Amino acid sequence: MPRPETTPSAKAPAPAAAASAGVASETVVSMYQAQKKIYARAVSGWFAGWRWALVWATQLVFYGLPWLEWNSRQAVLFDLGARRFYIFGLVLYPQDFIYLTGLLIVAAYSLFLFTAVAGRLWCGYACPQTVYTEIFMWVERKLEGDRAQRMRLDASPWGANKLARKGGKQLVWIAIGLWTGFTFVGYFTPIRDLAVAASTLGFGPWEWFWICFYGFATYGNAGWMREQVCKYMCPYARFQSAMFDKDTLIITYDAERGEPRGPRGKKADPKAAKLGHCVDCNLCVQVCPTGIDIRKGLQYECIGCAACIDVCNGVMERMDYPQGLIRYDTQNGMAQHLNRSQLLRRALRPRVLVYASVLVLILGALGTSLALRSPFKVDVVRDRGALARLVEDGWVENVYRLQLMNTTERVQRYRIRAGGLDGLRTDLGDTVIAVDPAQARWVPVAARVAPEVAAAAGRGSHPIEFTVERLVDTPADAPKSLVEHSTFVVPR
Amino acid sequence: MSDFVHSGWGWFVAIATVVSLVFCLVLLIIASRRKVMAADNSTGHVWDEDLKEMNNPLPRWWMWLFVITVVFAAVYLALYPGLPFNTGTERFGGTLRWTSVGQFEAEQEKARAALVPVYAKYAEMTAEQLAQEPVAMGIGQRLYLNNCAQCHGSDGKGSTGFPNLADGDWLGTGTHDYVKTVIVEGRMGVMPPMAAAVGSGEDVKNVAQYVLSLSGSAHDSVAAQLGKEKFAVCAACHGADGKGNPALGAPNLTDKIWLHGWGEQAIVNMITQGKNNAMPAQGRLLTPEQVHVLAAYVLSLSQTTRVAGN
Repeated sequence: MPRPETTPSAKAPAPAAAASAGVASETVVSMYQAQKKIYARAVSGWFAGWRWALVWATQLVFYGLPWLEWNSRQAVLFDLGARRFYIFGLVLYPQDFIYLTGLLIVAAYSLFLFTAVAGRLWCGYACPQTVYTEIFMWVERKLEGDRAQRMRLDASPWGANKLARKGGKQLVWIAIGLWTGFTFVGYFTPIRDLAVAASTLGFGPWEWFWICFYGFATYGNAGWMREQVCKYMCPYARFQSAMFDKDTLIITYDAERGEPRGPRGKKADPKAAKLGHCVDCNLCVQVCPTGIDIRKGLQYECIGCAACIDVCNGVMERMDYPQGLIRYDTQNGMAQHLNRSQLLRRALRPRVLVYASVLVLILGALGTSLALRSPFKVDVVRDRGALARLVEDGWVENVYRLQLMNTTERVQRYRIRAGGLDGLRTDLGDTVIAVDPAQARWVPVAARVAPEVAAAAGRGSHPIEFTVERLVDTPADAPKSLVEHSTFVVPR
Repeated sequence: MSDFVHSGWGWFVAIATVVSLVFCLVLLIIASRRKVMAADNSTGHVWDEDLKEMNNPLPRWWMWLFVITVVFAAVYLALYPGLPFNTGTERFGGTLRWTSVGQFEAEQEKARAALVPVYAKYAEMTAEQLAQEPVAMGIGQRLYLNNCAQCHGSDGKGSTGFPNLADGDWLGTGTHDYVKTVIVEGRMGVMPPMAAAVGSGEDVKNVAQYVLSLSGSAHDSVAAQLGKEKFAVCAACHGADGKGNPALGAPNLTDKIWLHGWGEQAIVNMITQGKNNAMPAQGRLLTPEQVHVLAAYVLSLSQTTRVAGN
């Protein structure tokens, strides 16, 4: 397992040397450090293209989904007030939270799997922190220019030009932040109503809070905090090393090929000049969004965005050197000069196979469970005030409440029967109970047995069951019934 | 609380809180510098021969987050009751004068206001009209299940000691207004102990047999004949014919409804010991509009009697 290098340690002198230097070399410094602003240089290339593809894909989904309609309602809506969660054709109840658990397990194992195979893919391409930072940096570039221009602008005195550029950037950032907050709330409040409310700023207090809070978090994290989030806040950045091993693809600098680094003319033969392929142009450091030098090896700050690969490949191309001086490779691959097919074979190691099989298993279970999901749910609650009562002719009666939950968007009709004791019957008889779409309904049921059955069963509680049958109203309905267990008490 | 705890403790808590806050800030300031080795930026601590602790300073904004929490605490303590020192006779409760009771009442007030439009259209309707309104009956059922079902059962049929609301038999008049009154004010059912007035233990048993005979239940006809005479004591409330008196709330003894149990022993117990049965008042828990709908739902229970299925 790679040990993240502690920064900013250059080649440190041996401890003995440090000790012998003695007290004289001690200095007093602040425990807190002002962070140096990072001016990441714009980068284009194969991997940057992938990142932009994922920016588009994730943000089209995030910003677009709440506007989709389905069955004349919002396609994806988490109605917290009514405790109903609509996801296209699915209507989920709070009782269905196990699906959220399943989703989280899938997300976790996907993360484990991708990380074990190819490092911080999530961080580099799809994490909202990366995606929004990419969007915010694009705005920054459009208004303030690329790295050198931004540094010049920051160093220059305040004037109309600087004010317009900086102010414009802030306005666009705030607008994106607010739009993001608005969209987020649109998953919980119908977004079209929210848009109407927006025209008069007539949001409710919680809507205001979440729009502003989520908007501010987006603005602050993507505009100001950026790599600080990854370095100091994100727990995933810290436990990723548990999923790394020496066969994990990481972004790495081929020191063997690159060193000794040094500038040279395009025509110069590096062998004659006793130089490696690294021209020490420092571009890999300039494009790095976390401000590290990849040539120092794997560091915990590296979010795996591959910007240094893209920029270095461009340089290699101009120099007519082979590409991949900085590339995705494994530690073993570097040390043992493994080729592509050897790397691929090593990708199928037990750790990866276990992650993959657990992922497939959970995905299969989740899919099956959703596909076989019952169109209704039933809960039985016994009356607790009186366990049992004697009614006319000595019959024994117990009272229950059945909660019928319609998990479809059509009216459903049900018939309820009781069984488990001889001649157990309910006061419902053949009554058909209708429940409106996505609604739940309580149905009180009194079940009774004849005195001789009660005497034969004996005093105490006896298992019984209620069978709730969904009536077939349309040809699309398959016959479906649910059995719920309860107890029947014969009084002492 | 202030009745039991000396006001000095309030000062103690307030001072300890403020001192802790200030201490946190002071600690942050005096501990904000450290010694490092100029040569290699390590702290000079070495373990296991070559494991060095490097100087990795925290970002400064992190320190500001800490300061913000202290500022937040100060603002919070000014606004909310957190510094319980006494000013004169009164305990300092924050400038917002917030209390959990106040918040609860404000929320209740808000919820009540939100319910006004829901119930508005039902207020003018009679029980019969409400019974035809599925939404009103749905509201009534939920109110019933939350407030009444604990005693009267989910199906409204009660159990021993808790009246059946679904049989159309009422100890009072059984009108919408009567049911509303009982819900709001509650009801006391009083049967005084009558054994002394009835006579000997044998007389009491005979009266019990007579009472059983009134409803055509199985009884000892000889004992019943003997008890008939003694029943005159009971007739004052239950009527000479035993059919009860709704005005007094005296139950009809000629039907087969036995709220407090059936059989000679149950009746003997009632005569000798009497009974105080209480339905607690619900007026504080429900608004008049809710009671209006709830009473209509309760009445609907006996109007739509369900037949036991086979």
